[in-house]
Amino acid sequence: MTVFMVRRLMQSVVVLLVMSVIVFLGVFAIGNPVDILISPDADQMERERAIKALGLDLPIWEQYFVFLANAARGDLGRSFVFNEPALRLIFERMPATLELAGTAVVMSLVIGIPLGLYAGLRPQAATSKGIMAGSIVGFSLPTFWQGLMLIMVFAVMLGWLPSTGRGQVATFLGIKSSLFTSDGLAHVILPAFNLALGNAALIIRLTRAGVRESLLQDYVKFARAKGLSNQRVVGVHVFKNILIPLVTVIGLEIGGLIAFAVVTESIFAWPGMGKLIIDSINQLDRPVMVAYLMMIVLLFIAINLVVDILYSAIDPRVRLQDVKG
Amino acid sequence: MTATLEVRDLRTHFFTRGGVVKAVDGVSFEIGKGQILGLVGESGSGKSITGFSILGLVDPPGRIVEGEILLKGESLVGLPEDRLRSVRGNRIAMIFQDPMMTLNPVLRIDTQMIEAVQAHHDVSRDDARARARDALGRVGIPSPEERLSAYPHQFSGGMRQRVAIAIALLNNPELISADEPTTALDVTIQGQILYEVQKLCRETGTSLIWITHDLSVVAGLADKVCVMYAGKLVESGSVDEVLDRPLHPYTKGLIGSVPSRNKRGRPLAQIPGMTPSLLNLPDGCPFADRCQRVQGDCRVALPPMVEYLPGRFARCIHPHLEAAA
Repeated sequence: MTVFMVRRLMQSVVVLLVMSVIVFLGVFAIGNPVDILISPDADQMERERAIKALGLDLPIWEQYFVFLANAARGDLGRSFVFNEPALRLIFERMPATLELAGTAVVMSLVIGIPLGLYAGLRPQAATSKGIMAGSIVGFSLPTFWQGLMLIMVFAVMLGWLPSTGRGQVATFLGIKSSLFTSDGLAHVILPAFNLALGNAALIIRLTRAGVRESLLQDYVKFARAKGLSNQRVVGVHVFKNILIPLVTVIGLEIGGLIAFAVVTESIFAWPGMGKLIIDSINQLDRPVMVAYLMMIVLLFIAINLVVDILYSAIDPRVRLQDVKG
Repeated sequence: MTATLEVRDLRTHFFTRGGVVKAVDGVSFEIGKGQILGLVGESGSGKSITGFSILGLVDPPGRIVEGEILLKGESLVGLPEDRLRSVRGNRIAMIFQDPMMTLNPVLRIDTQMIEAVQAHHDVSRDDARARARDALGRVGIPSPEERLSAYPHQFSGGMRQRVAIAIALLNNPELISADEPTTALDVTIQGQILYEVQKLCRETGTSLIWITHDLSVVAGLADKVCVMYAGKLVESGSVDEVLDRPLHPYTKGLIGSVPSRNKRGRPLAQIPGMTPSLLNLPDGCPFADRCQRVQGDCRVALPPMVEYLPGRFARCIHPHLEAAA
């Protein structure tokens, strides 16, 4: 376990370094922020002073090393636009995105696993065929269209739920979140559902496939031959075996939901990180872009680590020392 | 005295898209207390389905269409699912062919044993665990207390089959149906397991159905033998008599196919052809196309089971009676 963690940590540092190079070069390729940030009326003197102040006069490799040296001290630069530390900007927006993504994951599990189990256990039933058809619709329709339809039906036509913003925020156990107020909950339902739909569809299909496969296994027949009830066979023998693919996919999806909730956040005007990154791309706010992408890389590394540790908890045959890559 | 198990004219058919597959089509036998019955046949002869039919574990599209299964005179066919469940693993237990597949890979041995006890007896977890430990000790697993908390992958194939046998013994069943339990094991382990099973049956008075394609195993183990071909019983009788003097040409062919030392150097005898498709069996004797003694009247109608010698039944109109001379 310790060996595994140490090796994993070293791998993570390498991944971070490689990503930082790619991100840095990529951000430079997008465009020159000077053209946007400095008023077109400014004269040559003012221009040069501003460029120097932003540190853009140095050659790119020198800028990179300045960035690395600062990053090692925990400073990922200041936003060109807000003149605030980029990290602080991101952390301000992060709770909103986390609560949106978290709600979406819970929703997709609550919808996906029971429906998938049902469809797997009764593959011939009309309901199951309906569920499977629905799941295809679920991940084929583009998110933005689903979002617009949700707003139209539930906010405009029925008027049940609010369509924009985050709602009231309350503090509970030192955590500030909109999930603790009824107004906040009402606000999170539509965007979270929008984000959850595609995932729920995926989880339905995965669960169904897993159930169908493990029902054919000898250990299921043996469990039935022991005289166990159906609930026990499905709930313990089958379910524990389908957890492995589920955890893998859910882990990756959580990362994806947090990092790329951009579309949903834009449609529902959700003040999360996704909106921040879109705004900074538009304004070529390089430090924020770089800091955001580095945070996302860290997030994925952390999620993968958690998933690997969960594997060993779920499947006794997995030993962490043997995991490579 | 009523037999432990009596099967009368059992027919289990599978209703597939291609037609009705008569996997088991007229099988009758009787097992007394403590008796061991060998059920012999080639792959696809219906011997495993016979075993599953006894426990009511035939999955759709298969079902028992006709016949009686009497456990101590009590009919099992058509019992509601919860009544059948109280028989499974309790009064009739089952052991499967591949010990690598029958134990659930993600559950500990004690979990899988305790649930089998608790499915039928209202006992505490500790009592069930103690019972599991004793059962492991009885089948010759060293330090059973420690092995209880191991996972299946930490056992060898032979040890896993011992665990499966221990699970079958947990509730002191009246009958154990063992479906090729030693086929996947090497000969020394096979010998040990056969010895243990024979001893346990003697000690506890448990009856045993040993389903196999291996005549040499039956020779050393069973009291009675039933030979199946294409879903039908073709010969039955006591082991010694059937092996010494087979009546049905198929049984004779099976015995002739076993390699032995005094046949060294000569080409091995074999039964030409393959088992016929169960989807459309020919009129008359299903073995006619492969039989060396076939005559015109063999193809007219299915021969009945006839008691040619005391206690010796065969489904053949031209049996090997002259061989007695």
